[in-house]
Amino acid sequence: MSSDDHGKVSQMARILGGLVAARAAFRAARSRRVPPPPARESDVDPRKRVIPSNRRAEGVVALLLMVAAALGFAFTVVYIALSANTQLLGIAIGGALFLLAAACIVAGKFVVPQETDVEERGPLLDEEETEEVVGMIEAGGEGISRRAMLVGAGGVAGAALLTAAATPLASLGPTPHVLHETPWARGVRLVDDEGRPYLASEIQNGSFYTALPEGKNAESFGAGLLVVRLPAEFIHLPAARRDWAPEGILAYSKICPHAGCAISLYRYPTYAPTSQEPAFTCPCHYSTFLPGEGGRLIFGPAGRALPQLPLMIDAQGHLRAAGPFHEDIGPSWWGVHRSQS
Amino acid sequence: MTRLFVRWFRHRSRVPRRLRAALAVALGAAWLVGIAAPSSPAQPGAPSQTASSAPAAPTKTPLPPGADNPTKSFPDSPALRAEGFTLYEGSCSSCHGIALNGTPRVAPSLRGVGPGPVDFYLSTGRMPLEQPREEPLRNAPAFTRTQIHALIAYISSFGGPAAPTANPANGNLALGFRQFTLHCAGCHQIVARGGITVDAQVPDLQEATPQQIAEAVRMGPYLMPHFDANQIDQHELDSIVRYVMWTRHPYNAGGWGIYNIGPIPEGMVAWFIGLAALVLVARLIGERTDEPV
Repeated sequence: MSSDDHGKVSQMARILGGLVAARAAFRAARSRRVPPPPARESDVDPRKRVIPSNRRAEGVVALLLMVAAALGFAFTVVYIALSANTQLLGIAIGGALFLLAAACIVAGKFVVPQETDVEERGPLLDEEETEEVVGMIEAGGEGISRRAMLVGAGGVAGAALLTAAATPLASLGPTPHVLHETPWARGVRLVDDEGRPYLASEIQNGSFYTALPEGKNAESFGAGLLVVRLPAEFIHLPAARRDWAPEGILAYSKICPHAGCAISLYRYPTYAPTSQEPAFTCPCHYSTFLPGEGGRLIFGPAGRALPQLPLMIDAQGHLRAAGPFHEDIGPSWWGVHRSQS
Repeated sequence: MTRLFVRWFRHRSRVPRRLRAALAVALGAAWLVGIAAPSSPAQPGAPSQTASSAPAAPTKTPLPPGADNPTKSFPDSPALRAEGFTLYEGSCSSCHGIALNGTPRVAPSLRGVGPGPVDFYLSTGRMPLEQPREEPLRNAPAFTRTQIHALIAYISSFGGPAAPTANPANGNLALGFRQFTLHCAGCHQIVARGGITVDAQVPDLQEATPQQIAEAVRMGPYLMPHFDANQIDQHELDSIVRYVMWTRHPYNAGGWGIYNIGPIPEGMVAWFIGLAALVLVARLIGERTDEPV
């Protein structure tokens, strides 16, 4: 807690104190208003109470409205003249709205004549009318001999029209083939955000790197990669992917298969036996994936493992993709495993 | 239901009685064996027995500050090392081992870690831990500054990279903001207020000193990844530290900052204060009637 926070607390206390004071003043004003008219028979029923015109309340309403108007103009002046100081803008527009509300309340309570009346409502359903309606509905169905055919035809027409109305939904979102394309293919080099190719030797245990495809569109959905190196004790890849991690270097799509956020959390233990194994976590909903086990999901709402990109190291020691992603990257949908081999 | 059960229970079986008795004996024996056997038999090849004498290597080791980059030097003398040895024996060796070799499955070896991690863990009060599996969190330091220097002198006499350092005065605030966003904000939150990862807390950086930040970046304490001089060079490190110092008193354009922890708590505050005010106003303008209308 800094002194700054104490300032905020006392500011809050002042605001609350102001509210309480306003309430007390309001009650005092109410108790000092014009004495009630002498007792008449209408006073027996509070629903027929009538308040006579109140010149002082009218004056208060007019004053509140004028000050609200002044604050409203002040908003425009502050916006133009004081290069939009946010605090002053907030005070001006907030004060104007507050005073407008106060004027409405005072007017509603003391200026406008108040009368409470109850409108009698008849019974909802008259028995004779109900019978009449039922009779009309029954009469409507008589005289139709091929009812099933008509109902069927109506259903088909309705379904066709609904389908036609829903067809434009297909135009929303990207064209589907974009979902199956990434810039990664066999031989594409991995570069950093400044375009410098990654050497396998600079990928360290316990660090993580974001890689992009060399000479391809870095803005495209599938471009970003997470690259890490793991010691052999953490690597338990499926048999089909045994060659995908040369020297223990692994690459995964940076896009979470849940909602498409960029995965930016990496935990790597200083001493594994007393803490956790290495894992990627998505900052949006905490889906957590194990890089050593083919991106297996261990926590969170993602529907599948993180897609992995096979890697290879070329003769100069640079990292290259050894092939495309094994399945579509990005948020999951019903056909996402389509391309899985 | 009960009748069915009773009928099943009383029903005379067609299986011969002797066969049934043998089956019952076999099942009972299997059950007894299951109770007597240890619940999780030791896995073959587990290092718990075989590796007890080998040093427990840490999973990651601190990275050097990079060639030609400034380093932090700590006082060193034979007397300090001797004091450090005494302190080490008393407070550290039960887990990290008499000869800094570590204890398998308990604590890593401290050979070759250098002065940086020792300074970081002791000056932030994260070590010593009460239990080895506890998560190290920021605390009041258990040792005085002189005692920490003694422990640094003793432990770094076993080798290791020099401690990195950072000078926020050399940094650039805008660059620091960009680099912090890129490397740090995913876990530590954009204004360095901390957060959580799965199964661990991410500390806020409001009390960290520039020296501690520099050491943490190069060593990656606990679950944090570490960053070498290729990823974050010295100028970027100085800039990140400058940005972290700036986050202690950020510029709040909207007035009350609510600790800068983001839009959801801010919305909650608006809801609760706004709702309370609305209830108060509704209470003020409403009127009680004695008889229900």
